[in-house]
Amino acid sequence: MKRAPYEPPTQSVFGQVVDAFLMLALVLVILYLPLLLGLAGGGTTVKTFDAPTWEALGQNATMAAQWEKLGFDPAKASEIIGKRFDYEFSWVALAVTALVIVGYFVGMLRWSEKEYRDVIAERFGDDAKADPRGPTA
Amino acid sequence: MVDVANVPGAAAPASAADSSSKRVALKRVLGPAHVWGLGVGIVLVGEFMGWNFAVGKGGAIAALTACWLAGILYTCVAMIDSEVTSTVAAAGGQYAQAKHIIGPLAAFNVGLYLVMAYTMLEVSNAIVTGDLIQAFAANMGLAGEVDKRAYMTLTIVFLAWLNYRGVLATLTLNYIITAIAFAAILALFVAVNPLTPGATVMHDQLLTGLPYGGLGILAAMHFGLWFYLGIEGTTQAAEEVRSPARSLPLGTLTGIMTLLIAATLTWYIGTGLMPWEYLGQAITPLYDAARLTGSLPLELFLFVGTLFATLASANGCINDASRAWFAMGRDRYMPVWFGAVHPRYHTPYRSILFFVPIAILFAVSTPLDQTITLSILSGLLGYTIMAIGVMMFRRKWPLGSIARGYVHPLHPLPAILLLGLCAVTYLAVFLGYGTQLLAMMAFYIFASAWFVLHRYKYCRRGDQFTMPWPKPKGY
Repeated sequence: MKRAPYEPPTQSVFGQVVDAFLMLALVLVILYLPLLLGLAGGGTTVKTFDAPTWEALGQNATMAAQWEKLGFDPAKASEIIGKRFDYEFSWVALAVTALVIVGYFVGMLRWSEKEYRDVIAERFGDDAKADPRGPTA
Repeated sequence: MVDVANVPGAAAPASAADSSSKRVALKRVLGPAHVWGLGVGIVLVGEFMGWNFAVGKGGAIAALTACWLAGILYTCVAMIDSEVTSTVAAAGGQYAQAKHIIGPLAAFNVGLYLVMAYTMLEVSNAIVTGDLIQAFAANMGLAGEVDKRAYMTLTIVFLAWLNYRGVLATLTLNYIITAIAFAAILALFVAVNPLTPGATVMHDQLLTGLPYGGLGILAAMHFGLWFYLGIEGTTQAAEEVRSPARSLPLGTLTGIMTLLIAATLTWYIGTGLMPWEYLGQAITPLYDAARLTGSLPLELFLFVGTLFATLASANGCINDASRAWFAMGRDRYMPVWFGAVHPRYHTPYRSILFFVPIAILFAVSTPLDQTITLSILSGLLGYTIMAIGVMMFRRKWPLGSIARGYVHPLHPLPAILLLGLCAVTYLAVFLGYGTQLLAMMAFYIFASAWFVLHRYKYCRRGDQFTMPWPKPKGY
């Protein structure tokens, strides 16, 4: 026997506006602010060069020629060449990140399963044998 | 409209009488070539920008390795998605699939992944457009200073307006400008005289091995995904494909092969012309490569090609993101206000307009590698769910219980391989972009909590399952 359909409440226009702005705020606070404040993607080291030359920058004649065709002199290129990713990391940070990702998926799947059972119970019934053609759309 | 009583997605008929049920769907007119064109068209912009950040994370050799590893990841995605989409042939793509196979919270998250991935790709395209125009004006010696932020804003507003009006958001126009962009890549490849190494391309002088060692290969996998991100969009056309069992896997897998070849050619051109340190941070690498050939017509062609590729991609992204948001509004996963259609233009205009300020804000004030990373992360989360989803799909509806358009071979090997490669890519993003990875996870965790604690009470339960399938096994 199919479960009686759940009748959701009607959301007011004000409530909808609040919900929309809440999502906007989530994007801005969690994703945008770290970028704006330079907190994200900061895993780099910067090496500075005093009076750099192409040789000091580790560039051979071909590389130097290509840099120059692109409009760079050694001083300008040194800002790019001196910037490297820093792949040293804390194992604790890695473990926390892994835990967050796994926890997110486990939590999402478990909660989805709970909601899915409600959907199926309302659509097909809790224990009735299913119609092989399924529900009518 | 056609009768689809016995097409994939219908319950396997138990008797002749069962097959008498009728329903209607979109007309099936697309073949493998259309599917191929759709996939390559979506992804081609990845050859013009973004892929080269993989060079920055690990060096040129690492980027090529990452490109091929990512090719394996996307082959798994294509195999799995071909089976699921050719069976859940419903509008909404992965979002609709998650609703039917996993559950509402997962569907809500998948909908958000799609919206964020497309919106951040749109932002990335706008950034490249602004940078390209500024660089082109400077290279051509045009008087005055070009403010690239103005062009970024103009790109987003103009394309949003076109989508609002329902103009240009057509596959045909995107095909034409994508074809021009593809021709630009081929012209550049011919111009660098690839059969005569040393004449124009100088790999022997410019390749430097692995500047970060083996770890660089792992780290490069992060941007390696950019070579193919969006290829799974081919399966969105499942409802309109003549023979999903043949066309979807054939079109998608040949699309991946095409992109694998195009990506390798692009890598060959870029690394043979530019020092890896420059290439690893360039905003418009192919345009820069054209400049280095010294040919003005080629530089002009690559300027046009890059511009067209980014505009076509941004146009498609606005279209896809707004439709995903619209679908979530219609299902009440988001306020129903977003589920409205314009009375005159028949477009989801509120969903289109909602993302304009967000896109402009990100475009004018954040670096390209960061917006690309946000897009990649959302895609990556979606692939992880896809691997889990296909295992649940096979368990809930075993082979034979419903008619499948295509059954992918070697199950569950592709799903396990996909999960493994996703785990590698999370680690790759963690290297250098760990804070952003955690910020993205925090966003989806907060959004999920909001959905569970507040939003879901506005959703109808049974209405979320619309496929004509039998009850899933185990329920």
